[in-house]
Amino acid sequence: MREAIEDLLCDYAETIDSGDLERWPGFFTEDGEYQIITRESHDAGLPIGILYCGSRGMMEDRVQALRTANIYEPHAYRHILGRPRLERQGEEFAVRSNFCVFRIAQDGDTVTFATGRYLDRIVHDGGVPRFRSRRAVLDSRRVDILLVLPL
Amino acid sequence: MDVPITHDLAADLAWPQEGVTRVPFRVFSDPGIYAEEQKRLFRGPIWNFLCLEVEILRPGDWRLATVGETPVVVTRDEHGAIHAMVNRCAHKGALVCLQERGNAKALTCVYHSWSYDLAGRLQSVAFRHGVRGKGGMPEDFDTARHRLEQLRVEVFCGLVFGTFSDATVPVETYLGDTMARMIRRNLGRPHRILGMHSQIIHNNWKLYAENVRDSYHATLLHTFYTTFKVNRLDMDGGMLLSEDGRHSISYAKRDTLQQSDEYRKVHSAQYGSALAAPEMLDTFTEFDDGVTHCIQTVFPTLVVQLTLNSLAVRFFTPRGVDKTELFWIYLGYRDDSEQQTRQRLMQSNLTGAAGLVSLEDGCINEFVQRGTRGSEDRNAFLEMGGRDVASSDGSRATETGIRGFWQGYRKLMGF
Repeated sequence: MREAIEDLLCDYAETIDSGDLERWPGFFTEDGEYQIITRESHDAGLPIGILYCGSRGMMEDRVQALRTANIYEPHAYRHILGRPRLERQGEEFAVRSNFCVFRIAQDGDTVTFATGRYLDRIVHDGGVPRFRSRRAVLDSRRVDILLVLPL
Repeated sequence: MDVPITHDLAADLAWPQEGVTRVPFRVFSDPGIYAEEQKRLFRGPIWNFLCLEVEILRPGDWRLATVGETPVVVTRDEHGAIHAMVNRCAHKGALVCLQERGNAKALTCVYHSWSYDLAGRLQSVAFRHGVRGKGGMPEDFDTARHRLEQLRVEVFCGLVFGTFSDATVPVETYLGDTMARMIRRNLGRPHRILGMHSQIIHNNWKLYAENVRDSYHATLLHTFYTTFKVNRLDMDGGMLLSEDGRHSISYAKRDTLQQSDEYRKVHSAQYGSALAAPEMLDTFTEFDDGVTHCIQTVFPTLVVQLTLNSLAVRFFTPRGVDKTELFWIYLGYRDDSEQQTRQRLMQSNLTGAAGLVSLEDGCINEFVQRGTRGSEDRNAFLEMGGRDVASSDGSRATETGIRGFWQGYRKLMGF
């Protein structure tokens, strides 16, 4: 199981970094949740972060919006992932891992865009491991410029 | 870069004779002007937003803030009174409070243990009488003659404001009737914080002050609503200005049917949209005045928003001539149901650093900052909706709010 989960985490990061965002919602269950939140708000138990999707449909809307509606300078991410910790809880796995995301702008400017932890709940969904929920907890409360691509 | 401050900036700048319909690009990049703003504007007769009252509820609570670039600490004392002081020790000038928020009986500088009460009055200094009878302060040293520099404080609808100037009129007078009424509408009930974050935008603070008063750009730059065919363009709306023009309210009414809806009745996806998950825009009616979108600015750096059910306070603070930190504090009312909190969460997607109708503002002001490099002697052109500073009831295709900002700015700066 560890191998399958590690593959999921790697595929997820690779998919975003390669810009193939249409595949992003498919990493979640149909009613899967995705949230980006600051550590400060997470620790305080506050509900609102920086971005929230309560279903695959909301993720598809996000991708559609960033492709057709939102305006921003082109950029890409590079995820560096830490080794995940797994804990079986009934039928799902609670998985924690560290991440560092660099942002590469079109002029080559490369900055550390985000560091933090993924707090995941992963289930077997028709034989495939998928996120029931994925929460990216950002170490910093500050976002540089804007956030449009999922982390 | 070391640039001497011009003694007569006003004469040197020579604001174009067209007045508030022109803005010299230089005001966004000149370090001399930026330095003058710290004195004339941020320490001038204006109210600066410091924090929310709910952030300092208990006696001893404190929270850091800034006024321009000046570090400030806001406290609640043992009697419940709120104070604001420059976070600078009266001794050597070190920061006194280091953590962003905390709770304490006294504020003590770590450098030499000068200790202040929660109103900023010096209580004691270390080694005042020396050590083993040697050293110490002179005989005539008097703690009562030293304190943290004080700001005047006023609280309005849970918003804590501070001013350095004795000439600043009371907050309600400063706001005027129209502005005060809208703040009372949106924040006059007990509220609580649902989340917060900030974003660094790489532009002068005034470009964001213009941006939030710019009702002209909303549906042009932020195309989310139009792309997803969310019914918006036919909404009634307008731009209301305070009498002095420097505060504004951009508002819209989603539709007239809305008004007959039962108070707080949840109605599903009126938006005949192309969204895969239109439930993001499910709303409940909060007020019976029909206003469903409202972005209110308070000069110079505060914004109160109620966009559908997303209630938030934004404020921005200069971090250098071409760098600004924009804060988003999402709120709910204390008596919200779980479902209502959920809808505020869903609609928080509209605004903030990743907001579907706001993320562009993270870069658009930087595009102006970059676009105007080398053109400091040129001007912006602001004649949409006319050349005057007046409310525009019925149309948001106007730059009247921006002109109002510059009217207030020029008066304070002497330009």
